[in-house]
Amino acid sequence: MSGYFEVKNLKVDFKTFEGQKNVLDIDSLALDKGETFGIVGESGAGKTVLALTILLLLSAPPAVIRSGSINLDGENLLQKTEKEMQKIRGRNISMIFQDPMSTLNPVFTVGEQIIRVFKNNKRITRKDAQKEALRMIETVKLPDAANIMAKYPHELSGGQRQRIVIAIALSCGSEFLIADEPTRNLDVTIQAGILKLVAELQKELGVTVLFIANNLGLVSAICSRVAILHEGRIVETGKVKEVLKDPRHPYTLTLLNAIPRDKGEKVNLDNIVFKDSENANEKGCRYYYRCPEKKDLCRDTEPVCRLIAGTHTVACHMAFKGGEAGGKQHTEG
Amino acid sequence: MTKNLGLINSIKPRIKEIRLSLYLLGRNRLTRLSLVVVILLILIALVAPYIVPYPEHIETETNPEDKLLLPSGDYFFGTDELGRDVFSRVLYGTRISLQTALVAVGLALLIGIPLGAIAGATGGIVDEIIMRITDIFLSFPPLLLAIAIAAFLGPSLENAMLAIAVSWWPWYTRLIRGQAVSIRERQFVKAARAIGTPPMKIVFGHIVPNCIAPVIVQASMDIGGVILTIASLSFLGLGAQPPTPEWGLMVSTSRNYFLNAWWYSIFPGLAIFVTVLVFNLLGDGLREILDPKTRKI
Amino acid sequence: MANSILKVRALKKYFPVRSGFFSKPVAWVKAVDGVTLEMEQGEVLGLVGESGCGKTTLVNVLLKLEEPTSGEVFFDGLDLFNMDKKSLRKIRKNIQIVFQDPFWSLNPRLLIRDIVGEPIKVHTNCGGEELATKVGDLMEMVGLPRNGVYKYPHEFSGGERQRIAIARALALSPKLVVLDEPTSSIDVLSQAQILELLRDLKERLGLTYILISHDLSVVNYMADRIAVMYLGKIVEYGPAEDVFGQTAHPYTKALFAAIPTLDTEGIDSITTIEGNVPSAINPPSGCRFHTRCPMAKDICKEKEPGMVDCDEGHIAACHFIKQKPGG
Repeated sequence: MSGYFEVKNLKVDFKTFEGQKNVLDIDSLALDKGETFGIVGESGAGKTVLALTILLLLSAPPAVIRSGSINLDGENLLQKTEKEMQKIRGRNISMIFQDPMSTLNPVFTVGEQIIRVFKNNKRITRKDAQKEALRMIETVKLPDAANIMAKYPHELSGGQRQRIVIAIALSCGSEFLIADEPTRNLDVTIQAGILKLVAELQKELGVTVLFIANNLGLVSAICSRVAILHEGRIVETGKVKEVLKDPRHPYTLTLLNAIPRDKGEKVNLDNIVFKDSENANEKGCRYYYRCPEKKDLCRDTEPVCRLIAGTHTVACHMAFKGGEAGGKQHTEG
Repeated sequence: MTKNLGLINSIKPRIKEIRLSLYLLGRNRLTRLSLVVVILLILIALVAPYIVPYPEHIETETNPEDKLLLPSGDYFFGTDELGRDVFSRVLYGTRISLQTALVAVGLALLIGIPLGAIAGATGGIVDEIIMRITDIFLSFPPLLLAIAIAAFLGPSLENAMLAIAVSWWPWYTRLIRGQAVSIRERQFVKAARAIGTPPMKIVFGHIVPNCIAPVIVQASMDIGGVILTIASLSFLGLGAQPPTPEWGLMVSTSRNYFLNAWWYSIFPGLAIFVTVLVFNLLGDGLREILDPKTRKI
Repeated sequence: MANSILKVRALKKYFPVRSGFFSKPVAWVKAVDGVTLEMEQGEVLGLVGESGCGKTTLVNVLLKLEEPTSGEVFFDGLDLFNMDKKSLRKIRKNIQIVFQDPFWSLNPRLLIRDIVGEPIKVHTNCGGEELATKVGDLMEMVGLPRNGVYKYPHEFSGGERQRIAIARALALSPKLVVLDEPTSSIDVLSQAQILELLRDLKERLGLTYILISHDLSVVNYMADRIAVMYLGKIVEYGPAEDVFGQTAHPYTKALFAAIPTLDTEGIDSITTIEGNVPSAINPPSGCRFHTRCPMAKDICKEKEPGMVDCDEGHIAACHFIKQKPGG
């Protein structure tokens, strides 16, 4: 796969008072230009850490990037200096955070905030910046843009605010967008609007989106591919249809089974074992202690991502024992 | 048997908390240093009467033939105009300064915290009344107010403590109130109300414990400030009275001999300086460990 | 209804918008504007609507955290807003709440023993080891280890904290428990377990739930009856199967269509309602939904629709619903 964006062999640790803990260990993650890629996992799986690592925004004392590379358009972000990164953030990569209210500065009008972004990044006059800002607000499909420009964040609704955040993220021509649960805490109706907006922008502007979600429904609505993250490792990845229709990793299966469906049906709770740092398996498969199908092999050897069919890869020893995937045991890349 | 088990169990999580706090405190080198010095100061204060080389020089005894001697093997910090050992007196002064500072800050907290918490938690007219009273106190420069009160009560160390407490509490009230207003809106407060917890129990059981952190930081930094204020009051003759070995008082009397006996003013001055500095540094360090963001690890 | 536990009649709660020197109210936010409900013992009522529709205010009034502007609430046949303090204390034990965010609903500075034990301490003279034992029993009831009693909230995960919040709500053996978005800030695995636990507790203890949620899969899974609220009013109300199966009100339809599920394929299969929720200070004339309704006609601007029977016990407020003959 030719990667527009590629993460390779990335290892991130956190130093805590109980010692150094590995929180992210990603062998390979590649995004094609213009696609929407979903990352799903429990809280604490390392989703946000991944996003912050890409932007080099992790606070350095607890976090240590041990090894790896993050390539965007052929350039390794991990080798950039802070000064170079400042230029890359906003112009090449932007991030949308969970909470739009705390992302926006409450003392300036939203128009002013977008204008500032333009003035900081381009040499343009205020008048031009104003025009550009107006155009950006129209781009994110907010009606009555001129009126919105003059408003303060607290005067807007949650959905409008998140749209402004997206406008700011895109205003410097950034083509790679990291969205960290952008619709969390929004009403379903507003959520639908934001999802539609992201899909449209992706089509119209050709933006690549890394969409972090904790809800598989969201992923199936707007992503083309998805990766399931478990304790900092990608355990299953592939096209959304492949993964959700034919889940191979026991963790993915558990996640899918946990979604309540019908009243008569009970939620399948049998396989749910919770994260528990005391039982964590450091050597082999990280899912070992929670896995219903664990074998001795899993305790000692960590499984790597292997191709099952099409683009569908799974990091599980047991996924291949079933037979039909047996012939295709070759590692990706 | 089971009773003891319960006790042990309820202490265990606190030990873990303390361990984490110590770890966070120790991360910053300056904080670590200040913590060591503060502990040292407290130790000195505790054992001062037993370790000073000339305990008789603390109170009334004088020794005119040895007056204003240079620091030497006999007198580490030299002697004063009455021939008393400055080292003994500075050491003993630690006890007096820490004691008065702790009492004064403690009194101020005792008045300030409940008032602030009640004001913030109840709001409305109660809040309005309490805060306007604090505003009146805050409109005087703190040292001036302390001087006025101390002068009114008459010069003595106890009155100086009282004066400082009276001029200091409004700061805590304001700090706590600001916190309490935001804590009041938290869900656990609403949950307590939904259970039917009486209002005063909500204030002292839920709101105060959650807004105490910045106050602890402020108070530990204030200990330095209070020591300074007591020294100032004593310097002006409104605090400790001779022959009490209070640092401010010592600096004050040493003024007359400054040109020929530098040691007499330098050492008590240095003691004030170091004490104020380490308490400020410690306050900064405490802010770090009490900040929930750094706690998360 | 024979064993009705909660009756709400024409309940209104207006908040004043004050301005000027004398803080005169210049307008009113009509947070709850005439809600009528009835619940049977042992049923689960799902309360659905966008934020700002008045769900939370309604619940606050039921919990007696707010006084209503007008209307009546009967709990177990007793008038909630017309009783002496002593009986009120008794009643209060019977209505409890589990909040949305398990991170802020537990006091971070207290041990679990004191958090879960607080309602017991407030209402009875129980303390020391006896209290610890009672709290331990409650912890076991919600599937947590007994020794968790001597821990702090931050030592638990989101799902476990929500269990603790449930344990606290059950400490006084209430009859009615309000679940305010109980699973919206925890992940799917914990959600599944919490929902199972809630269903199990309901069966075992004969509880009645009011479930507020914007996640319709959760509502579908839990609720026997559903009330859809829009701008302080109930627009559709009925048995869950009917509201899901034969959705009557256009607002409810729009809500359902906006939710992506696992069966969603591509962005085009979800739809959104245009515009924002109008201000509750000046709600639109006529039908309050007409500003966003895809099927609005002139009549909707002028006349407020009354509740129409669609089916047995299934009612909705819309001009375009055909009344079931004889229904």
